[in-house]
Parts: sequence; structure tokens; C-alpha cells
Amino acid sequence: MKLGDIIEPLSLDVRTGSSSLGRAVTGVYVSDLLSDVMANSGEGNVWITLQTHLNIVAVAGLKNLTGIIVVSGRNVPADVLQKAEAEKVTVMTTQLSAFETAGKLYQMLYA
Amino acid sequence: MALNINEIIEDSFQLIGGNFATAGEASTQLKMKLTELGVDETIIRRAAIATFEAEMNVIIYAAAARLHYVITPRNITIRIEDMGPGIEDIQLAMQEGYSTAPDWVREMGWGAGMGLPNMKKNSDEFRIDSVVGEGTTVEMVINFP
Ligand SMILES: Nc1ncnc2c1ncn2[C@@H]1O[C@H](COP(=O)(O)OP(=O)(O)OP(=O)(O)O)[C@@H](O)[C@H]1O
Ligand SMILES: [Mg+2]
Repeated sequence: MKLGDIIEPLSLDVRTGSSSLGRAVTGVYVSDLLSDVMANSGEGNVWITLQTHLNIVAVAGLKNLTGIIVVSGRNVPADVLQKAEAEKVTVMTTQLSAFETAGKLYQMLYA
Repeated sequence: MALNINEIIEDSFQLIGGNFATAGEASTQLKMKLTELGVDETIIRRAAIATFEAEMNVIIYAAAARLHYVITPRNITIRIEDMGPGIEDIQLAMQEGYSTAPDWVREMGWGAGMGLPNMKKNSDEFRIDSVVGEGTTVEMVINFP
């Protein structure tokens, strides 16, 4: 499954890094603890979180994550989007909760 | 492993406490350098995790630090020397889940007490030294396969 394949089913708003939509989604990691994501997310994973500050960009970049989904309609500050765009990190937002987002992705990946 | 390293490669970074916006710059630079040298992906990932966690601890807990890395044909050494409060009980600090992070830092998703254990897990050699009231020095070595 490619990152581009999850945009419509999840009604994601692609905010940055739209050039990476052809990347493969290797799995999904759900966490709001950044050291946990550093330790346990896998290369190419999509990361579901409600964190919106600058450090999420560094985490996603350093772990080669395929993208970040910020859930529950949280606002992502402009400086975070700017840094994400500069570092080619794909940030997507959704009105859905983390549970709903993860549930849908689970269906798409494994059901 | 065929590595394009004939000489010693090193670099230094000045880290400033409280400067969350620059967090990850040193680890990203090191990652780029290792990628350019054609280093094994697993090694790059380990170095990136360990270096980033060290950067974050300086930003959260210390006033300032110098981060220095050295890449030789055999390994990578990352040394972070900070000026900060130091750590009273290193054994306790090394325990997974132990954290003194204030609430506002926890709200950012830091403070799980996983940073030091992550650093240790991702290094082949891990040394930490601390003097209360002066600072903390962490040295990590990651060997090439
Ligand atoms: N450079 C440092 N200077 C002073 N105290 C430190 C330093 N690094 C770590 N500590 C102390 O050790 C504790 C554990 O650190 P560790 O990195 O394992 O977890 P954390 O930073 O609290 O949370 P996480 O890394 O999961 O975000 C910290 O809460 C802090 O009390
Ligand atoms: Mg830490």
C-alpha cells in the first residue's frame, strides 16, 4: 500500500511533503510519547499522534517514517509545517480520532 | 564491509538548553554524513536514535553542551558534555520509566523515561558520568559490523 492510497479513505488533508505520496506504508505506529516512537516505530511506518510541535518533524525524519497523521482536528502550527516541508516530511491532518484513524488503517493493511 | 572511510571524520555542535526548535540538528547532520559514507542502515538508525535522545536531554535538562562525534573505519563515537544540574542517582536515571521532566515537557510527549535506556540499547559501549551542580557527560560507541 502506498501513502497516496490512504488519503481518500481517511479523508486526510495533506499539509506538507506531497511528493512522498508514492512511498510504501510498511506499517502504522500510534503514540504520543516521542522516545517511544524513536525506540519502537519502524522504517516506513505512518505515525498517528496528537503531538503538533516542532520535534515531531525531527522524529519522523530521523526514523525515516513515511508520514505523520495528526488526529482530532488539531491545528499544526505554521513553523512546524514549514520545517516539515523543508525536510520533506509528510504531515497529514484529519478530524478523526487516533482510534478511528488506526482502526481504518488496520482494516486497510491487515483485514 | 566496504566503507568509504580512509580517514577520521569528526564534527562538533554547540547545543543550547531550552532550544527545542533546533533539536535534532546534530543527529540529522550525523545521519546525513553516515548515509553519504554508505554506512549500514541499522547502524545509521542506532546512531540517529542515540544522538537525538542525547540532544533532547541537553535541551530539556541542561544549560548548554558540546556534542562531538568521531567516525573511524571501526566505529562511531558520540560524546556529549553538558553544563547542567548533573544527575544525583545515575542508576535511578537509567531505569526505564524514571523521569523528572516537568509537566509542560511531558505535554510535548517527552518524559517517558526512555531516553537514557534508548541510548544504552543502541550503543555497543555506553558511559555516563555526572557531577551534581556541574554537568553530565555521555559517551557512546557504535561499532561497524
Ligand atoms: N543531561 C542531563 N542532565 C541532567 N539530568 C538528566 C540528563 N539526562 C537525563 N537526566 C535525568 O535522568 C532522567 C531520565 O532521563 P531519560 O532521558 O531516560 O528520560 P526522560 O528525558 O525523562 O524522558 P524521555 O527521554 O523518554 O523523553 C531525566 O528525567 C532527568 O532527571
Ligand atoms: Mg530523555
